[in-house]
Amino acid sequence: MAAVPSPDLSLQATGRVARRQRISRGSRYLLLAMALIGVFALAVLAVDTIANGAGRLDLDFLRTYPSRFAERAGFRSAIIGSAWLLVLTIGFVVPIAVGTAIWIEEFAPRNWLLSFVKLNLANLAGVPSIIYGVLGLAVFVRFMELGPSILAGSLTLFLMILPMTVIAGQEAIRQVPASVRQGSLALGATPWQTVWHHVLPGAMPGIITGVILAMARAAGETAALIMIGAFSFIAFDSLSIWDDFTAMPIQVYIWTTDARPQFRPNAAAGIMVLMIVVLTFNVLAAVMRERFRRR
Amino acid sequence: MATSPLSGGTGGAADPEGLAASLRQRPFKRLRERAIIWLLGLAGAVSLITTAAIVIVLVGETIPFFSEVSPREFLLEVEWQPLFQPVSFGVWELVAGTLNIVLWSMMIALPIGLASAIYLSEYAHGRTRAILKPMLEALASVPTIVYAYFGLTFISLDILKPIFGSGISVFNALAASIVMAVMLIPTIASISEDAMSAVPRELREGAYGLGATRLEVATRVVFPAALSGVIASVLLAIARVVGETMIVAVLAGSTPNLTLNPLESIQTMTGYMLQVALGDAARGSPEYRSLFAVGLMLFLLTLVFNLAATWFVRRFREVYV
Amino acid sequence: MADTSTRTTPTEGGAPSDAPASTPPSTPSARPFEAGRAPVPTRGDRLPGDFTPPEEAAMTVRGLDFHYPRQHALRDINIKFPQKKITALIGPSGCGKSTLLRCLNRMNDLIDGTRVEGAVEYHGLNLYDRGVDPVEVRRRIGMVFQKPNPFPKSIYDNVLFGAKVNGFKGNADDLVEHSLRQAALWDEVKGDLKKSGLALSGGQQQRLCIARALAVEPEIILMDEPCSALDPIATLKIEELMRELRERYTIIIVTHNMQQAARVSDYTAFLLAGEDGAGEVIEYGPTEEIFTNPRDKRTEDYITGRFG
Repeated sequence: MAAVPSPDLSLQATGRVARRQRISRGSRYLLLAMALIGVFALAVLAVDTIANGAGRLDLDFLRTYPSRFAERAGFRSAIIGSAWLLVLTIGFVVPIAVGTAIWIEEFAPRNWLLSFVKLNLANLAGVPSIIYGVLGLAVFVRFMELGPSILAGSLTLFLMILPMTVIAGQEAIRQVPASVRQGSLALGATPWQTVWHHVLPGAMPGIITGVILAMARAAGETAALIMIGAFSFIAFDSLSIWDDFTAMPIQVYIWTTDARPQFRPNAAAGIMVLMIVVLTFNVLAAVMRERFRRR
Repeated sequence: MATSPLSGGTGGAADPEGLAASLRQRPFKRLRERAIIWLLGLAGAVSLITTAAIVIVLVGETIPFFSEVSPREFLLEVEWQPLFQPVSFGVWELVAGTLNIVLWSMMIALPIGLASAIYLSEYAHGRTRAILKPMLEALASVPTIVYAYFGLTFISLDILKPIFGSGISVFNALAASIVMAVMLIPTIASISEDAMSAVPRELREGAYGLGATRLEVATRVVFPAALSGVIASVLLAIARVVGETMIVAVLAGSTPNLTLNPLESIQTMTGYMLQVALGDAARGSPEYRSLFAVGLMLFLLTLVFNLAATWFVRRFREVYV
Repeated sequence: MADTSTRTTPTEGGAPSDAPASTPPSTPSARPFEAGRAPVPTRGDRLPGDFTPPEEAAMTVRGLDFHYPRQHALRDINIKFPQKKITALIGPSGCGKSTLLRCLNRMNDLIDGTRVEGAVEYHGLNLYDRGVDPVEVRRRIGMVFQKPNPFPKSIYDNVLFGAKVNGFKGNADDLVEHSLRQAALWDEVKGDLKKSGLALSGGQQQRLCIARALAVEPEIILMDEPCSALDPIATLKIEELMRELRERYTIIIVTHNMQQAARVSDYTAFLLAGEDGAGEVIEYGPTEEIFTNPRDKRTEDYITGRFG
């Protein structure tokens, strides 16, 4: 029997249904517009910064020290200071964070202490950076008498990024399948040999991604460093870990808050340099993560 | 079969005595293994020591602070005036400053962040999503000093000043709240989106099967199902606002002010702490020690919000993951 | 155990042997292991499954009980695994056959909160004695897993890894070739040993895992459903390989594939979970007998597919 559609039957939306569908379709554009606000803000920020700073950003800007004269002021000591901080901070954070992550995931007895360590890490990750600054001021600068030196600054940044690096490391280690561990143990490898030969290599891309992201955060950190007293006028190259220093975000802060508006282009140019560093880190991390996922 | 190349083959049971010995633990191997695990545990202790050190430092300087300034004054007085006579250490003006920024930044960030999350989770298709999501996440990687600069040169001077004219201070809570909100969008959007994406597909299909539209599914099925994840994202965002320093220090001013009016100049807890660091308060003076008292309060406040967020995340995971 | 009938070994095995377990006929005398170690007290010193293979024992399980944190998994397992034979453990899912296998090289140590009672004797030595290092145990008692799990390294490094961590100092190339030949994989991969182990087919991966286990010169190889993730042709290759390996190694295999047990094994043990979920050995004997003339009704039901 051929199906003859009833003349009354229509599957076109009508009345209430049509209205609901119109609202729903309209909501797509409203939501998209709102989601684009963030992107728009980012674009305006970039354009505004480049418009103000591009004129100042040249080789001389990178090569000269800060100065009382806006048009002669440069970023050299800030770049050197940031480089020192990042290198030392990596040196501190990699062994401690990786060690912590391995201990938690592979060796820690499953008891209350471990739960506490994990909860503690989650909370430390949320502690404001200025509190790390207060800690650095009291412990490294005053108690250990390091002064507002590169060493004190790196130790402070190290403690600040430790939790996020550990958490990233834990996630990377968990991604290594249990079958690999079992295969290794079944061959008579000790737990540590298993970790060293199989778990760590497998987790390495994830760990590196986490470290790079942490470095991006350390490179842009301002409050903690000002807190330990690193905001002096540095018109020399910091040559050892005991030296006073300035860093890129600190110099940007000093120029931004200078009452003389001539210094703003310096701040914008400084931000361009800082953002290039931060974005490079982020792109590197994204590339690593992509490779990790494909494996 | 050819002889095994493995030196000292131990296949058989020819020498049971040797076997018994070789099955026994090897002290050196054991010791090395133990030592390594011990070292790893030591690394793990660093984070515990950090927390302990934070508490000791903050409490250690807060106790002498309270011997000079009564806790009554700190908690019950309103005025915060540590630098000028008559000196007064009533913390509420700083708390109000922080609250002011929390209120207005969340007012802006919450709708934008949630809309972004709903769009990404329920509406966006492969391509759009692949572009939009990293763009939003890029907002999270911008250093806060950059936001501060942007807020001062663009939002404050180019936008707000022309709109409000003399009705707004040069330094004001609104500019800080606006850029703070931009900074918060990825925090709210990505955590909420994770929660919404984790809602099982069957739930959505059930609603579609009853003739619900996409918007209805998103707002009446997915959103309520993901609510604890959304709440967690909001709590984490609040914790970030409370702890954020550079944006408020540069934009909001340094005038302790008991107001929630966004157009006025205010000072937050973090703003005050940075101000003390920038000045040269003598070590041991009440002003120097007030840094730690305010720091302790800040620490406890963010701790509460972070713990609450952890609780909500865990609750969400229990339900769906 | 319900079945109280005694069984005599079939002809090929030689003399009938249902001697009580208190004097395991073929274990090398327990003398060297007396050092502070009393003979393991086992409940009733009863013969495992009321059957003792005539060959020398590679391992003897005595009165073994195993508990997961919330589950009694194995109850009073008594079983003797003969040397250079293939013994199959069969039974429905959840009967504890894999758990039993993992007790034999202490892989279960890796799970928190488990408890072991009784003994697994390896040449008269209880693997669960204090002072026995599980790492040393696993080096002698190899294991091949359900899903092939080659390391994400080259074929060469896969084979060499176990030997290297166990202090192998000899000629690495020889060891790799020797092991791959034994695992019948050499001809297929000899041209490209630097290739990743993960680039091989599933069947090749599993043979690589076998080669990897052989490279540390184990005496016993435990196989946990080694073919369940493989296609029929790859399965046949592995089975053929197992028959070759029987010349030199004792093999204990868990399988859910009845035909496989019938095809490759010399002896078969049938396990079943009791009321409380704890696995027990229902029947143990020569494979042919278990499959053609099972004594226990439950074994028959399982084998003929009428189970459950």
